[in-house]
Amino acid sequence: MIEVKNVKKSFNGVEVLKGISTTFETGKTNLIIGQSGSGKTVLLKSLLGIHTPDSGTISFDGRIYSELTDDERRDLRTEIGMVFQGSALFDSMTVEENVAFPLKMFTNKTIAEIKERVDFVIDRVHLENAHTKKPSEISGGMQKRVAIARAIVNNPKYLFCDEPNSGLDPKTSIVIDNLIQEITEEYNITTVINTHDMNSVMEIGEKIVFLKQGVLAWEGSKREIFKTDNAAVTDFVYSSNLFKKIREAQNKEV
Amino acid sequence: MMLVRYLSQIGKYFIMLAEIFKKPTKWSVMRGLVFKEIDDLIIDSLGIVSFISFFVGGVVSIQTALNLTNPLIPKYLIGFATRQSVVLEFAPTFISIIMAGKMGSFITSSIGTMRVTEQIDALEVMGVNSLNYLVFPKLIALLLFPFVIGIAMFLGILGGWLGGVYGGFLSSSEFIQGLQSEFVPFHIVYAFIKTVIFALILATIPSFHGYYMKGGALEVGKASTVSFVWTSVIIILANYILTQLLLAS
Repeated sequence: MIEVKNVKKSFNGVEVLKGISTTFETGKTNLIIGQSGSGKTVLLKSLLGIHTPDSGTISFDGRIYSELTDDERRDLRTEIGMVFQGSALFDSMTVEENVAFPLKMFTNKTIAEIKERVDFVIDRVHLENAHTKKPSEISGGMQKRVAIARAIVNNPKYLFCDEPNSGLDPKTSIVIDNLIQEITEEYNITTVINTHDMNSVMEIGEKIVFLKQGVLAWEGSKREIFKTDNAAVTDFVYSSNLFKKIREAQNKEV
Repeated sequence: MMLVRYLSQIGKYFIMLAEIFKKPTKWSVMRGLVFKEIDDLIIDSLGIVSFISFFVGGVVSIQTALNLTNPLIPKYLIGFATRQSVVLEFAPTFISIIMAGKMGSFITSSIGTMRVTEQIDALEVMGVNSLNYLVFPKLIALLLFPFVIGIAMFLGILGGWLGGVYGGFLSSSEFIQGLQSEFVPFHIVYAFIKTVIFALILATIPSFHGYYMKGGALEVGKASTVSFVWTSVIIILANYILTQLLLAS
């Protein structure tokens, strides 16, 4: 479980996070949603340790990040898997080299053990024929799956995903969403996903944290989000014509 | 304001140098990275360095010959002038400036692209010291830069010999007499000391510009240009200071 307590962060005098407090639960897909500029990415980067909060604490299963030594932080980072918006695969490496990278860097596994684990994880994300291809030779959806494989290869306790569906068609987005949810349950990982994709919210939003202008405006599940009266949330959710029409149809039925 | 900005950049550069040596990458991984950098930076540069050195050496010899019109001046001075020009300045300094364009822009654009595409963030999130992972292998690879400069010296003098002798300006024995005339072994030491310093500049300044760049593809191009300009400026300044310290004092 990741616990965020009263986290504040400013850039050049502008307060981007205004005292966020929430928890991200283990074995669940936790979603951070909100409009562009709401502070989602800053919160995610604060969770990852890329940004240091001005005040407040972030703890990983009781370990408060700001109180850890450099070595402890380094150890904690080996427990984290991250799927970046643009996949962030290493261009110079093949798919299997990308996936093997965390194992080569942080474990003392033999070449045979690394190969076995890499093959297993690549199969797990259904990329059986892509082992020797470079990232530039595969599609965006496949790149995302390689990024997921790289993120989970070292059995992380925490998985972070920044806009995992960005640039993908709706069908591939659902495949990626389901894959993340399956992996979260299978390995009992604390997964935190930063998204503004309502399809993801409907598919995998077990816990949803809604940010508006740096404030936690609402939190709940995917079932609750469509029933809430919170104006900020309904404004965001029903900004899509499709959802508006679904709601109108539901209201007529009632 | 501009001065503060420059001082801040210089401070950041030295902090970067210190960070390169912290939290070292596992040797089994680093070994592969070093060999890759040797291939990219050293081996891939040999062709262009050889080509330029050979022909510039030839031109230096011909130019010197054409300017020695006084019959009282011995012809072996052509060999002497070629040796001095190539060993003292052309090979160490001007090849380094050419390499600031070739290697430097390669280093800045490759690290800059990694920054733009979040590959550096990916390394950091995994707990890798990205500066050690990216810059340290380049530093080690460029310890072989004096080897490149040694080849440039040899080929420059060979080009000078061919240009002078086969251009009909002097005989082979006169050229060799010039090469041996008033030879100061310390000049070779001076040239290689310069080369080692230039190698450190070539590895770190382009890395600095790539690592700390912000923006997108356009900014990667701009960073490469700025990196070339600053690497060249620092090499020229270092050349002046080292010459003053090692030869003039």
